[in-house]
Amino acid sequence: MRTLPEPFAGWFAARGWTPRPHQLALLEAARRGEHALLLAPTGGGKTLAGFLPSLVDLARAPREGLHTLYVSPLKALAVDIARNLTAPVAEMRLAIRIETRTGDTPANRRQRQRERPPQMLLTTPESLTLLLSLPDAPAMFEGLCAIIVDEAHALAGTKRGDQLALGMARLARLAPAARRVGLSATVAHPGALRAWLSPSARAEDVRLIETRGGAAPVFDLQLPEGRLPWGGHMGLASAPEIYRRIAAARVTIVFVNTRAQAELIFAALWRLNEAALPIAMHHGSLEIGLRRKVEAAMAEGRLRAVVATASLDLGIDWGDVDQVIQVGAPKGVSRLLQRVGRANHRMDEPSRAVLVPANRFEVVECVAATEAVAAGELDGEPPRPGGLDVLAQHVLAMACSAPFHPDALYAEVTSAGPYAALPRRDFDDVLRFVEDGGYALQAYDRFRKLFRDAEGKVHVRGTAVARQLRMNLGTIVETPMVKVRIRGGGVLGEVEEWFVSTLEPGDCFLFGGQVLRYERLDPGAVIVSRGGEGEPRVPVYAGTRMPLTTWLAARVRAILSDPRRWRHLPEPVREWLRLQRMRSELPPREGLLVETFPRGGKWFLVAYTFEGRLAHQTLGLLVTKRMERRGFGPLGYVGTDYALTIWSAFEPAGMDDLFAEDILGDEMEEWLAESSMLRRTFRHVATIAGLIEKTHPGQEKSGRQMTMNADLIYDVLRRHEPDHILLRATRAEAAQGLTDVARIAALLARVKGRIRHRVLDRVSPLAVPVLIEEGREWVAGGAEEALLAEAAALVEEATDGAEHFAEVLAEVTGKVAPRGTSVTREKERARRRSHWVRSAPRMVTGR
Amino acid sequence: MSAAPLHIAGERLMLDPAGVLHWPARRLLCVADLHLEKGSAFAARGRLLPPYDTRETLGRLFPLLRRYRPQRVVFLGDSFHDDAGAGRLGAAERAALVQALAGMEAVWVAGNHDPSPPAGLPGVAVAEHADGPLVFRHVPQARATGEVAGHLHPKAAAPTRAGGVVRPCFVSDGRRLLLPAFGAFTGGLDVGDPAVAGLFPRGARVFLLGAERLYSFPAALRRAGAPAA
Repeated sequence: MRTLPEPFAGWFAARGWTPRPHQLALLEAARRGEHALLLAPTGGGKTLAGFLPSLVDLARAPREGLHTLYVSPLKALAVDIARNLTAPVAEMRLAIRIETRTGDTPANRRQRQRERPPQMLLTTPESLTLLLSLPDAPAMFEGLCAIIVDEAHALAGTKRGDQLALGMARLARLAPAARRVGLSATVAHPGALRAWLSPSARAEDVRLIETRGGAAPVFDLQLPEGRLPWGGHMGLASAPEIYRRIAAARVTIVFVNTRAQAELIFAALWRLNEAALPIAMHHGSLEIGLRRKVEAAMAEGRLRAVVATASLDLGIDWGDVDQVIQVGAPKGVSRLLQRVGRANHRMDEPSRAVLVPANRFEVVECVAATEAVAAGELDGEPPRPGGLDVLAQHVLAMACSAPFHPDALYAEVTSAGPYAALPRRDFDDVLRFVEDGGYALQAYDRFRKLFRDAEGKVHVRGTAVARQLRMNLGTIVETPMVKVRIRGGGVLGEVEEWFVSTLEPGDCFLFGGQVLRYERLDPGAVIVSRGGEGEPRVPVYAGTRMPLTTWLAARVRAILSDPRRWRHLPEPVREWLRLQRMRSELPPREGLLVETFPRGGKWFLVAYTFEGRLAHQTLGLLVTKRMERRGFGPLGYVGTDYALTIWSAFEPAGMDDLFAEDILGDEMEEWLAESSMLRRTFRHVATIAGLIEKTHPGQEKSGRQMTMNADLIYDVLRRHEPDHILLRATRAEAAQGLTDVARIAALLARVKGRIRHRVLDRVSPLAVPVLIEEGREWVAGGAEEALLAEAAALVEEATDGAEHFAEVLAEVTGKVAPRGTSVTREKERARRRSHWVRSAPRMVTGR
Repeated sequence: MSAAPLHIAGERLMLDPAGVLHWPARRLLCVADLHLEKGSAFAARGRLLPPYDTRETLGRLFPLLRRYRPQRVVFLGDSFHDDAGAGRLGAAERAALVQALAGMEAVWVAGNHDPSPPAGLPGVAVAEHADGPLVFRHVPQARATGEVAGHLHPKAAAPTRAGGVVRPCFVSDGRRLLLPAFGAFTGGLDVGDPAVAGLFPRGARVFLLGAERLYSFPAALRRAGAPAA
């Protein structure tokens, strides 16, 4: 097909547009009934290309009933696309109804959508599963012609992607003729993405349509004027330079890596904002209405800058952005390109971006990333196999829709890409788990959720099961959150529950760009007032930091080890590396540098392995196990993207032994099982699988609703049924999250006999940024008992065994942070950075 | 395992690191908040938790009964997670419990979760159990002395040079004693929470449960950094 049919040709012509090659290619694919994956950089009419075949089809042969289903990872994107499509449809006078269906859709419209579906329905993976769980799903979807998956690269390989793949497998049964269209940014593994989208799990059944990006992006490296910071990821030292660049451009997006960083950068910019430029903030914890206001102000061109987290990575097109500033290291090449693509949406002109590294390691990382972009290389892991917890949720949803035969459902599930290799045994165990818990001890026959009839078909028992499914639906397990409410006013957003538990009345914290004073905790909400005395703290959100891709980590390692490649590095970084060479030594290209030194009553061991944070976490578990055995009393460790740091009660020695290949021994599994990481994974798996209740923001915990502590369940299940399907699912997921053991084995083999151990009397220049890292893991086991005994003896000695002296200890030790959270460190950091927020900005929306 | 002595109302009590109380003078063993059959209570509401919690809890209790050979065992309330819990007890667990209690007097103090006597189990059911200067009850009362109570599932964070370590604990100010929850599926409440701290206006000592012994600290009754969970 070379041209567009009417009225589309006329509508394009009236705007001076010509259809793009990829738009025509998708039309052609649709005409032949082919599934297609479109890879294109941001901009370039990708979404319109996806919808065009459906619009043409419906213009040619108007009909009732659901014709096209559009699935996006973001509710906001679905809403935005619906708005953007409605205008052309109205202008061309097409009889097409376009509606959205998300968790926010009011009940009456949902009912209407079921009775009389629109021709085009725009939704999310979660809402699709919900629709498919209804008994009338077959009637609703039987006439479906097309499924469009937007931002497919952001879904494939995630649990939401697993859920969507399963939903599409069901749609393939209800509407076998429906063709699939995937829209995606350019990715490193197009074959794997095609397989994920394919109804047969085979890549070759999906046509690949690629548009090459135009001009390569242009990068600037921006360093702070004064001293280059050693550590930290906030980038506050560069605030004046960021502000100057905002003032010099038309519209800027300032991308940051975490919500806490967004709050701090935003506050720092407003402190400098003498010209009162309209600068706003956008992050996932702000109240939804506030976020919509920012988006609207942006779309209307009323803002000069918005400080944003990943919440603006995807989707909505802000036409006029002419500058993107990335504060903090980009962490991945693909991610950096995605963000840079938010500026200057014309494919023929280069996008411009400014990189603002926050510390010395990040400078090297930024340089590595720009080199990779120049070389046209992408990163990103190929999608992993589908999660069994998601499958459990899906099995229950399908049972709620209609009785099924296990053989038929197994065949359907394995037609989905992520589950193509699913063993029948795992499927059967998941089904048994959904039925009655799947325990070897069959105690729950009378509480079973599913039963089988004489023909072997599986039925759902009772309506309460469906209700519970809907409460639990979705694969995003949130850390428990609490709403933030102004006294006598509205909701500003939400913060994590543990953060609230560290506040005392009168404490101040920075949220939504304002300093708020903590008054009290009401059921389901933190009550605050504006302003307040003292140093505000900044809420930190768990799990919002992206790990450096392992691939980029390797590039960083190569630059560091080779002084000839330092010429692209700024002078302070070169000086830092020279200092390291003098005080200790540079990490060798081959082999491994390990430093040990005493600090603050503990011994530190820093290994510069450069394998990325996830690999370092696994390695940390293994090395601390060996240290425990050797009596070094390991206390904890932290894996950064560049190095592994372990602290212990006693001086570690014998590096060849600690990093020997046989640390990957038999007890590895048991050691892993005790780790806080596996416990966290189990909590997520158990929640998604429906074993424990999802915590809903602000939900009041009382009596019956009291959520079960996942750790206790984990301990009991592990002792009594270590091979239970949920524990298998947990181990499988942790193995992926921790990266495979084979990579660590390769590292240990590579460095064998080539370990350089430097015993230092104090911290080395290279170790400084590593020591300031967050995300510590604790070693469970003997050391904890030893520490308790030591502390108890100390208290006994100091107080001579007096019975009542509640205050004494607090004076001696300060506040006690529970292991695993970071209360004291958080307070220290708050003190350090407090001067940044003396004068608080007043607005988030820039108005 | 070494138990630690504590004096309340002039009586010498032994705190066992497993989380139970032994009163040698009366050959009495006291255990709080077993929450037996909590798993099946959740299962009845559609959360099919592992059905091994009762087995696990009793498996921890029986060796203690064998070691101390008490004349009397005081179950300090919330022995079952709900009133119907005793009825759901598996046949094997029921038989094992009856056998383990043979030759002892079982005193089932009523809890808020299990106000009725446990069906089909030996022993007596009481609202509270008074013995000499001591009274054993489930929910602690304001300004009581000589009281041994459960209900609150106390836990505390002890300061160490590597950060706080959180464990279930006994809490006492010499007038009253709170027992930690014993059940496998029982979480904890930080002693800084007003519900616990309010009972000890003059401060208290906590005894954190360890693998072999207790670790004693003055209680940080001002709110510690730990979220109640």
